[in-house]
Amino acid sequence: MSEQSSNILQIHNLSVAYATPRGAVRALAHVDLTVPRGEIVGIVGESGCGKTTLISSVLRLLPANGAVVDGNILFNGRDVLAMSDGEMRRLRGGGIAMVFQDPMTALNPVLSVGRQMVDVQFREQRSAGEKRAAAVAKLRRVGITDAESRLDDYPHQFSGGMRQRIAIAMALLTNPSLLIADEPTTALDVTMEAQIIHLLRELKREFAGSILFISHNLGLIAELCDRVFVMYAGEVVESGPVRALFHSPGHPYTQALLRCDPARVVQRTAELPTIPGEVPNLLAPPIGCVFSDRCPAVIERCRVTVPMPVPLGPGHQARCIRIDDAAAA
Amino acid sequence: MLVYTVRRLALTIVILLVTMTLLFSMVYLVPGDPASIALGPRATAAMKATFRERMGLDDPLLVQLWNFIANVLRGDLGVDVWSNRSVAQIVMEALPYTLALTGLGLGWAVVTGIPLGAWSAVARASWADRLIGALSVSAIAIPSFIVAIYSLLIFAVWLKWLPAIGAGDPGDVHDQLVHLLLPAFAVGLGWVGYIARLVRASMLEVMGENHVRTARAFGLPEQRILFRYALPIAILPTIALLGVGIGNLLSGAVFAEIVFARPGVGKLTYDAVITRNYPVVMGSVLITTAVYATCTLAADLVAAWLDPRVRASL
Amino acid sequence: MSVQASETSLTARQTPPAVLERRFGALRRLVRDPLGALGLVLVTLILVMALGADILAPYGPNATSVKERLQGPSELHWLGTDQLGRDIFSRVLVGSRIALWVAAVTSFFSLIGGLTLGLIAGYGPKWLDSLLILLCDSIRAFPTVLFALAVVTLIGPSLGTIILIITIFNVPVYARIVRTQTLSLRNTEFILAERSLGAGPARVLLRHVLPNVIGPLLILISMDVPVVITIEAGLSFLGLGVRPPTASWGSILNDGYAFIRNTPWMVISGGVPLILATLGFTFLGEALRDAFDPRLRKDV
Repeated sequence: MSEQSSNILQIHNLSVAYATPRGAVRALAHVDLTVPRGEIVGIVGESGCGKTTLISSVLRLLPANGAVVDGNILFNGRDVLAMSDGEMRRLRGGGIAMVFQDPMTALNPVLSVGRQMVDVQFREQRSAGEKRAAAVAKLRRVGITDAESRLDDYPHQFSGGMRQRIAIAMALLTNPSLLIADEPTTALDVTMEAQIIHLLRELKREFAGSILFISHNLGLIAELCDRVFVMYAGEVVESGPVRALFHSPGHPYTQALLRCDPARVVQRTAELPTIPGEVPNLLAPPIGCVFSDRCPAVIERCRVTVPMPVPLGPGHQARCIRIDDAAAA
Repeated sequence: MLVYTVRRLALTIVILLVTMTLLFSMVYLVPGDPASIALGPRATAAMKATFRERMGLDDPLLVQLWNFIANVLRGDLGVDVWSNRSVAQIVMEALPYTLALTGLGLGWAVVTGIPLGAWSAVARASWADRLIGALSVSAIAIPSFIVAIYSLLIFAVWLKWLPAIGAGDPGDVHDQLVHLLLPAFAVGLGWVGYIARLVRASMLEVMGENHVRTARAFGLPEQRILFRYALPIAILPTIALLGVGIGNLLSGAVFAEIVFARPGVGKLTYDAVITRNYPVVMGSVLITTAVYATCTLAADLVAAWLDPRVRASL
Repeated sequence: MSVQASETSLTARQTPPAVLERRFGALRRLVRDPLGALGLVLVTLILVMALGADILAPYGPNATSVKERLQGPSELHWLGTDQLGRDIFSRVLVGSRIALWVAAVTSFFSLIGGLTLGLIAGYGPKWLDSLLILLCDSIRAFPTVLFALAVVTLIGPSLGTIILIITIFNVPVYARIVRTQTLSLRNTEFILAERSLGAGPARVLLRHVLPNVIGPLLILISMDVPVVITIEAGLSFLGLGVRPPTASWGSILNDGYAFIRNTPWMVISGGVPLILATLGFTFLGEALRDAFDPRLRKDV
């Protein structure tokens, strides 16, 4: 019980599937994820691993053909999946706020930025003038100069990096307990990305709530997060404190990810290392370990049984049956 | 925005000049004596002579064309040899009736079509959506003059709820409105379906866009999302299309005027066609084409101005 | 030599399953859509009426019988008689033939005209393209019916006039579409490769551009059939189309309108087949487009 109250978000055994004309696509399988209060948790994985499905499930914004098949999601101890539509809507922009991946399309093009930032505060009882002032203050905080005069500008008058800052400001305006950032820098060029990361690092110090940070960039995760979950093909294959996980990764997939990270390449080799093979077909997912097709350490037993999480250290675990073998060896 | 406006205006003027040339030269494309062709078999020799002199038919072609265009730009569309009145005046007298009919028809189409389309999109794939969809396609398919004839039959002849003929007493606005009801209904029905389909498609597209997802993620009430984040953007293509609608509805208005025996450009032109009075026909085609072109231009400009992205990029 | 021969014969005989699925899958999708199926039924009905008009008609469409004028439906005359005692049912059957005839002929000429102008505009020199586009836009600037009235004033009413008018109005629309496609294909790599190998314009246009353009164009033309039928009926209704005593649905409506206070049956008999035809072709056209080329859909 005490563990529950110290976690702002607790996802247990979550499975989600999409209904398509060709059959059911298994997007998430028995996902366990916790975000402790006041911490920054990262989710890392390649495209299609289910990161977006996971956060869509938290906000219950899955597309019409998506359904939660199993598991539960607890926010602040409350069961999200059992909430009514009204309660859910109160949660969105109330306790949980989100920053999306593509800043170019995330804002309404025909409303001024100020209008949208005032709209987002619609639950507050303040006057319009106070809401505008709050918006200006937040814009200044995220580094938009002349915030006051730019409040009535339209989104297309801002660059991509600035639009992402506006999105972050909007999210912060709602004073969320949990801020979810879905690959906030993926759509930006390197300079803008650096600015956003700098901003997030500053905010990390001031922001009282928790952050769930999704990225496929290992370096960013390492920089910003306290804890990280590694996802592959809809499953969490490894999770643990950032340092421990990056220092001694237990799962072959995590190891391969780290090995292939271009930022880590020390020598000039002939080719960048890659992980051979392809992600499994989620219409017919593998029976055993989800990484078995591409794993360099695979044995027959891997293809037959789904590995349970094996502890590697305090708070650090990975779904791999070969870990004990490696430890024994 | 200014440059765009000027460019579109210039293009419209060029197109109108070409249409004028086309109308003018059509008389010469037909084999035979232009005066006979233009005035028809009932014209007397004296009328033909007057016509020939007024139109300057003995001058070289290009001179005639030049004079013609110059006259049109001055507002002189020639004189009707039958009634001896200025063609421009004859047409302009009839125009307000047609504009009222077309305007009311388009108005009811917009007022009904937009909510139907929006509702369809929000209630996607429900029975309401499918029903509206089927009705929309049917409304578009069925010819407007059929709707006119049948509404005349049902509401005026059988039920006798509404008047069948005419535009009503000139001084009595209420009477005139009552006489407008059936014709405007017939003229606009097709476009109710068209607009509903367009708005539905637009809405579905906009509702799937990222900024609507953002608004949802912030828990904004569905109503506000609909009216402030979805509908304003979804309507923009409809506004641009209203200009085209005028042209389409003008054709429908011609039939409605004839079916309901209303005064207007349609009836005027039709009567002129029967008597092979080409100058009047040409005059009314010119004026209605100019009205059509102006409406299209205006609609395009308004639609462009309403979208801040387009306004800035132009 | 023999290896090559056997290879080509192999490819000629086999149709890969994917292609079969595409063709029959489209047909299956078409029939599954309820409106599409309804459209198919209605169009078939009209076709049967048109083709079998001579056999199915109990009377000659122009056979007058003044003592039987303006009768309602009866055993002798299923849809009643008109003001000259002619059997309306027979006239309706003949009218379907005229409707389809106009649709077929105008579609054919519009196709030829649109293709020719569009290919020339898209592939030829820029000044020619600008000129043709200006001409197309100018023709489209006229409100349809009024332009038709102008032409009829000059040439005189007839079925041929109607075909001419509709063709003139449709060609610019199709030409524009063909032109757009041609322009976009013009600079693709494989066209440039062909031209660098010495292929002349005719070869490029016929072998590469045409096959890409013709499919969507045919679908659009088929979707315009109800509009064509409507325009013919409308002009005939105004007395500016077929010449009496020819029976077109529009001319039946014309007669019916004049006698609307005597009997509603002429107006009903002329209008209902027109409604069924336009609905049928519209439903079918939409279903065809959805089945074969959903990209053309402007709404989903």
